[in-house]
Amino acid sequence: MNDISVLTGGRAGDGINSAGLLVAHLFNQMGYQTYIYFDYPSLIKGGHNFTITRAAEQKIGAHRDRCDYLLALSQDTLDLHRDLIHDDTVVLYDSGRVHGKGLGIPVEEILKAEGASAVMGNTCIIGAFAKAAGIPFEVVETVLRRQVPKDPEKNLVIARKGYDAVREQKVIPRAGHTCCPLLTGNEAIGLGLLHGGLDAFVAYPMTPTSNLLHFLAGVAGQFALTVVHPENEIAVMLMALGFSYAGKKTAVGTSGGGFCLMTEGFSFSGSSEVPVVVVMGQRTGPSTGLPTYTGQTDLNFVLHAGQGEFPRLIVAPGDAEQAYVWSSIALSLAWKCQVPAVILCDKTLCEGTYSLDETVIAVPGTGEPGSPGDSGPYQRYAITDDGISPLRYPPSRDGVIKVNSYTHDEAGITTERADMTVLMTEKRQRKALSLKRETGSLECVKTFGKRDSPTAILCWGSTLPVCREVAEQRGFSVIQPVVLSPFPEESLKAALAGKQNVVAVEENADGQLRMLCSQHGIAVHNHIGKIDGRPFSVESLDARVKEVL
Amino acid sequence: MPAKDLITDAQNTWCPGCGNFTIQFALRNAIKDLITSGVPRENIVLVTGIGCHAKMGDYLAVNSFYSIHGRTIPVATGIKLANPDLTVICCAGDGDTYAEGLDHLIFAAKRNVDITVIIHNNRVYGLTTGQYTPTSPLGYRGRSTPGGTPEEPFNPLSLMLASGAGFIARSTSRKMPHLAGIIGQALRHKGFAFVDVLQICATYFNMSELYDRQGYELSGHDPADFQAACRKADEWDYNGDSPIPFGVFYLEEKTCFEDRFVRYPPFSGSREEQIREYLEKKR
Repeated sequence: MNDISVLTGGRAGDGINSAGLLVAHLFNQMGYQTYIYFDYPSLIKGGHNFTITRAAEQKIGAHRDRCDYLLALSQDTLDLHRDLIHDDTVVLYDSGRVHGKGLGIPVEEILKAEGASAVMGNTCIIGAFAKAAGIPFEVVETVLRRQVPKDPEKNLVIARKGYDAVREQKVIPRAGHTCCPLLTGNEAIGLGLLHGGLDAFVAYPMTPTSNLLHFLAGVAGQFALTVVHPENEIAVMLMALGFSYAGKKTAVGTSGGGFCLMTEGFSFSGSSEVPVVVVMGQRTGPSTGLPTYTGQTDLNFVLHAGQGEFPRLIVAPGDAEQAYVWSSIALSLAWKCQVPAVILCDKTLCEGTYSLDETVIAVPGTGEPGSPGDSGPYQRYAITDDGISPLRYPPSRDGVIKVNSYTHDEAGITTERADMTVLMTEKRQRKALSLKRETGSLECVKTFGKRDSPTAILCWGSTLPVCREVAEQRGFSVIQPVVLSPFPEESLKAALAGKQNVVAVEENADGQLRMLCSQHGIAVHNHIGKIDGRPFSVESLDARVKEVL
Repeated sequence: MPAKDLITDAQNTWCPGCGNFTIQFALRNAIKDLITSGVPRENIVLVTGIGCHAKMGDYLAVNSFYSIHGRTIPVATGIKLANPDLTVICCAGDGDTYAEGLDHLIFAAKRNVDITVIIHNNRVYGLTTGQYTPTSPLGYRGRSTPGGTPEEPFNPLSLMLASGAGFIARSTSRKMPHLAGIIGQALRHKGFAFVDVLQICATYFNMSELYDRQGYELSGHDPADFQAACRKADEWDYNGDSPIPFGVFYLEEKTCFEDRFVRYPPFSGSREEQIREYLEKKR
């Protein structure tokens, strides 16, 4: 089975992210499944950025600790990744900037001769890579024409020069997949929200969800979407509630620090029953932490964010397909049940690029809210059996619409009465049961791999693909709760029935899913954490799994 | 519509003599006039913060969004962007807006979002029992500053002038007809309208004597003259004993925030079709 990793590195500003993506597109055209891990520090120019583009014949969503081709636009690329280089690694580098063993390409001279800008250096080295890997130039041409919006002709000339500068080294054969769309997790989340009927998106930029803001701002015209970037995350959350009150399905995007500022509004959403969806992209904390690196340390935070008790929906998709499907579901269910919802993701998922399998992105219908009978004047918080009151938006001729952060009566007027406080709390409890019924009708716990294996890897979020790959190798099953609130206790217990060794894999120190499981009487026998801000590679997880067997 | 229909049957819990009664009366009449002039009642939305002022949301029988402390303006901005046909009014407090949510006030002025913000500026925290606010005078003794506040107040009118507000006015709960007139003008102004209402707090900070003695109504002032507006705003610094002008300080018609956004008709195409088109490009 062919399994190829290409590491492309350079300084920030060298277009390393685009280079990694173009390499992935070459593989995509060659019939491979692809995945890109993008690693960059928090700076604008300089530093060391790199991508690992991996291509394989099976579906993948994790990088490996090896490198078959190394494309170096900087000396650091060669020096910092020596551990990934093996005897067969083909090293291609910009001979003007890098000294070492391998094939030097006079990138600067080529660019100069063609009067091209420095950023086209990445195209030059990609051309050289294609030749070294035996990829026909027509494939390069197809990719550049489709994927390079700016001056594709000039890029083609540069790529050709790079192509002609080296000889074939290690030929990559064609594989059998048809071409897939290559999507980042952020794009998959955005498209899922749009599928669910998103009308407005409000966000303050913060890694790793800034690119979700950029993506949605870019497609706003096609989807009749209003995108707003206000003064801070407090304004983001409250503005979103304003949109929601006025009848717009609205989501916000942020990371942990921004969500800290949003939590007062989040609780307000719970109390006022004005729905909102939060795309919460985790990164390495606490506090500013490692802004451009990953982590799964905010599960406890989102489970408990906001004062008081109120139902919330939390979904944690594990790959691009789940990101699409569950973002759509989160939006629909937030409005159907009038609750705040969180799409809990992380840097790995948000900024990773995946080959999207279009055959598994059908979104299950969540149905429409029940239509209320006409009985008397409109009451925003009318007491109902399922805890869900009829939702109206201004202007409505049915009566005034009063929402309230205070404990309120059915009409939305402030009250401090004990009996009304009880009624409204019980209403929220019934609503929580309704939400549980909704998620219970969906496949909110996923099982992969060898189902009858006595060993199961338990994971949530972006570690799903790496867990699947390791489990596949070792003949284990993988169990992933996609919904984390309301906690799918029964489904998870059923999925774990008979397992003798449950190994939780989480990119945190405390074992937050393990703790959540234990609260629900679910035993987790082993825990594998990761605390360096970097996602598991296939090898690093496999080694850790081996330790606990 | 009789004005009493604009009052809910919620029990009123303001203190006897509270300045909020005057503001409520003036706002109710201004809303009644709006409705008489053809604005459907269901198109009016009142957003309130947290504090004594905020009970207005319970007491007026219009659509209302009883928000959290300091956060009327972002909510109002979201509502206005979502549906520019709505008339959106914020009733907010001085602690509410000048302390907890000051950033939003400045940004609303900067953006010129078409909402009306009425500040119930009693220069004290009422519901939390009498602490100083950003507009309390230097040396104000409250329970958090028993030795007197060590800060000078800021001047919200100057702040609004510096922030780009297109309608800046001041009135007082001591002058009912004047207040009603100013609120009416503010509601009719297309763009961000800011009204600072010097409201007396009957329990913790009753400045009736000062406002009656030093207050006067602007006359002969040209509200289109920015420099003149700045001079008039400077006349009283919210601290001393100088004359206090009431009226419209500054007026300028500008493009509104919501008008800079594309107003999309309800999405009629197939979302799945649009998504497929996008995916095709990523192949």
